[in-house]
Amino acid sequence: MRLTLRVWRQAGPDEDGRLVDYAVDDVSPDMSFLEMLDVLNERLIMEGEEPIAFDHDCREGICGMCGMMINGVAHGPERATTTCQLHMRHFADGDVVVIEPWRARAFPVIKDLVVDRGAFDRIIEAGGYITAPTGSAPDAHAIPVPKPDADKAFEAAACIGCGACVAACPNGSGMLFTAAKATHLGLLPQGQPERYSRAVEMVAAHDALDFGGCTNTGECAVACPKGIPLESIARLNRDVLRATVTGAHEPR
Amino acid sequence: MAVTGGAMFLFVVGHMAGNLKVLFGPEAFNEHPRWLRGIGEGLLGYGGFVWIARVGLLLCLVLHMTAAIQLARRAAAARPARYQRRGPVRGSYAARTMRWGGVIIALFLVYHLMDLTAGWLNPVGDLEHPYRNVTADFRHWYVTLAYTVAIVTLGFHIRHGLWSALQSLGASNARRQRVLKGIALGVAVLICAGFLAVPFSVLTGLVK
Ligand code: SF4
Ligand code: FES
Repeated sequence: MRLTLRVWRQAGPDEDGRLVDYAVDDVSPDMSFLEMLDVLNERLIMEGEEPIAFDHDCREGICGMCGMMINGVAHGPERATTTCQLHMRHFADGDVVVIEPWRARAFPVIKDLVVDRGAFDRIIEAGGYITAPTGSAPDAHAIPVPKPDADKAFEAAACIGCGACVAACPNGSGMLFTAAKATHLGLLPQGQPERYSRAVEMVAAHDALDFGGCTNTGECAVACPKGIPLESIARLNRDVLRATVTGAHEPR
Repeated sequence: MAVTGGAMFLFVVGHMAGNLKVLFGPEAFNEHPRWLRGIGEGLLGYGGFVWIARVGLLLCLVLHMTAAIQLARRAAAARPARYQRRGPVRGSYAARTMRWGGVIIALFLVYHLMDLTAGWLNPVGDLEHPYRNVTADFRHWYVTLAYTVAIVTLGFHIRHGLWSALQSLGASNARRQRVLKGIALGVAVLICAGFLAVPFSVLTGLVK
């Protein structure tokens, strides 16, 4: 296949960026999207040009490093698929593919397609943890967890922190990520002590970090490569509301 | 948003029910405002209830619009650099029309109050005979058109707003989500149908 890639090139955080066209021949349908960029980068290096910077690590859809906007869609056209797991067979010969970084004030561009998703770490610091005794590891089955809760928590725990939800949201809101973390921990017995303070503090951190407000547009859940459902946001809202009304996050 | 929207939603339902009295003829319709004003007369005086409702609704409207403007400004601040290529709407179309839809509804509201509450823009403008005002209105195609556009926009607004309010108040979960969306859609369609029944029964001659 022969493709035209229209790639966002930006030399540094404070530089102006622009879209640059690259013609790529010999794209195999079996390549992943990132492999195709590797091939282009090798050529750019040979030609003495600056290769396109993009984030990646595991290349198997579990680390969350590799997000980019492909033709205006986070992680490209395939549902529930990260960019690294997207194969070129989903494109057609002659296609023009526009590739841009996530765009959000909370995720500043570092270079080309690489953004700083450190804002997510700030949200985690605000409450994405549990209190556990240190020392010898407890028996795995020491605390019983109801199966339905375990399943829901596991579904939410699948969030890889890729940031596609923010990138896809017309409001630039990070509520799906925040809700996934709060749901994951808030459903398990180990997460109960901080359940309400976690919900309140993570949302407060989210709002203080230049993310937009959630209006339930649902773009995030469609873009999410891990299928985190919109209902997680309702769960988070429920805990925040409960805390605000009853003061459940305050000392008794 | 959810609370103020909910209060205005209840008003819209009541308003629609009142409008449908037009189908029962001029007496029933003209009687309706008098009945409304008489609610709680002993306690509030004639018309007292209506004024309390007006003040409450105005307050809701102002708070609702303030929250909407704050959200829109936060959204603009959260994405200072726009995408060069914008993707298609993959979530809900109704959700994407909330802001401009809200503006359309607000503009229509201003016209609607000047038309049928104050009577200034009405072809008849006789406040004692709302039935005549309404039927006179809908004989003009442009009034019917503006009204229809506003009502359909309101339908979209309610379709997303009702569901979104339930989601924001934490009522939704995976099992209930689909049902709640269905209910929101059903309610929105019913409200559109209820409001549009009036101009279309005038147009078809059912109401003269
Ligand atoms: S919720 Fe989904 S889209 Fe958002 S960071 Fe987690 S995995 Fe990525
Ligand atoms: S590179 Fe790890 S998820 Fe894509």
